[in-house]
Amino acid sequence: MASRHPVVDWATDFDVLDPGYVADPFTVWDHLRETCPIAHTDRRGSTWMPTRYEDVTAIAHDVERFSSAQISVIPVAGPVPDEPVLPYGVPPISADPPLHTWTRRLLLPWFSHRRVDGYEAMTRELCASLVDGFVGAGRADAAAGYAQQIPVRVIAHILGVPGGLADEFTEWVRDVLEFADDPERRRYGFERLTGYFLTEIDRRRSEPGDDLLSTLLHTEVDGQPVDERLVLGTAALVLIAGVDTTWSAIGSSLWHLATHEDDRRRLVEDPLLMPLAVEELLRAYSPVTMARVVTADVDVGGCPMRAGDRVLMNFPAANRDPSVFERADEVVLDRAVNRHVAFGSGIHRCAGSNLARMELRVALEEWLARIPEFTVEAGAEVTWAGGQVRGPRQLPVVFP
Amino acid sequence: MRIRVDPDACQGHARCYGLAPELFDVDDYGLSSVIGDGTVPPELEDKARLAIANCPEFAIEELTD
Ligand code: HEM
Ligand code: SF4
Repeated sequence: MASRHPVVDWATDFDVLDPGYVADPFTVWDHLRETCPIAHTDRRGSTWMPTRYEDVTAIAHDVERFSSAQISVIPVAGPVPDEPVLPYGVPPISADPPLHTWTRRLLLPWFSHRRVDGYEAMTRELCASLVDGFVGAGRADAAAGYAQQIPVRVIAHILGVPGGLADEFTEWVRDVLEFADDPERRRYGFERLTGYFLTEIDRRRSEPGDDLLSTLLHTEVDGQPVDERLVLGTAALVLIAGVDTTWSAIGSSLWHLATHEDDRRRLVEDPLLMPLAVEELLRAYSPVTMARVVTADVDVGGCPMRAGDRVLMNFPAANRDPSVFERADEVVLDRAVNRHVAFGSGIHRCAGSNLARMELRVALEEWLARIPEFTVEAGAEVTWAGGQVRGPRQLPVVFP
Repeated sequence: MRIRVDPDACQGHARCYGLAPELFDVDDYGLSSVIGDGTVPPELEDKARLAIANCPEFAIEELTD
């Protein structure tokens, strides 16, 4: 269980759920990189946290010693908590090779850049209709009322499940990812989500469509149909991985633009800047941290990691490493050299990265086209979620 | 200038394609390859260098012969 006493020494007793850290992890990372680049804690089990680009990417590539069998930042037993219905976990993200290799290949074509081009029109329409809903009011919650509404509907469309259930999906995903410190809530979210997909899977046995879920169910690997429990895990993953993450990136980007007038004006005046700006906002506000479990004792940078220890893959901190990025703590919208790892590094590179980029770009374009001037509402509270996925959950903005 | 993508290193981030679709194609499984034999026309050399500098897997290399 969580022990939430205040952190005195970040190097030896860090806590990623510390409210101060959730609001501003950046100063902590800068301090750690200088003093103790691989921090440790015994809160929630022995856990290491590299903050340098070099260490994070090296560990991500060492898939033999750093397994994806435990990917939750807030640990649970096994790949997925107490879920006998998911004996394969949620592959490919929770799998190591060889299971990882072929389950990843099942998903990739659904998120190729060619496929993603085909989802752009519906995404744009969706964003425009959301803006329609509040543009006249002069105020909006850019997180809950906009960012949060977009990815869940795009994913529902791809999976072939009704967009009308978007609110339920959002709630389940948040139960699993954001309230992970509450085992009951997490289990409840998982049960609802898997229960829902099991019903959908049954339906597609008799009425297959041309959606991702139907296709997975009717795919054969080495002459055998894919086990239904594996399809269930993968479908759950696509929903979990595709929703909180992208909405957090959209929300953080809007927060940045609401609080940085120069960048906002620049982007409005020069829309051609958008592709570079999207990469830069992904770098500076990378939402996703993952975990690994150490398979065999190993020393990394003098830190004695033991089998069973966990490692937090702090991609967001790696992306602010000043030894790799000039002016690392600044958003430079037209940053030309930007080898960021917001989507991870190595074999688990985000399978949905083309989709996520498109959604972020379109969400910003549609917002800025109609609401070029906006600021955070004076006196209103901006709230952030952290842990596995960091982003604003409440972002009240006003505009003329 | 000639470039190539190391297929063992490429993980499909598609940064190369995003920056220089004239030079790279990425297949349905995320694997990038250079279009043609990798010869870069002079006017695209800057873009090729940008792609090299942005690939998170260091998978794009300039061939020296
Ligand atoms: C801005 C939004 C997103 C960010 C920052 C992000 C980030 C990441 C990261 C860092 C990983 C690597 C995990 C690891 O190393 O353990 C990952 C994996 C993954 N992501 Fe995303 N993601 C985003 C959006 C999406 C979307 C929209 C999808 C839609 C399907 C998606 C699906 C996946 C899948 C399936 C994997 C597992 C890939 C594998 O293990 O081979 N993600 N993501
Ligand atoms: S940027 Fe690098 S890793 Fe990504 S597709 Fe291009 S060559 Fe491959």
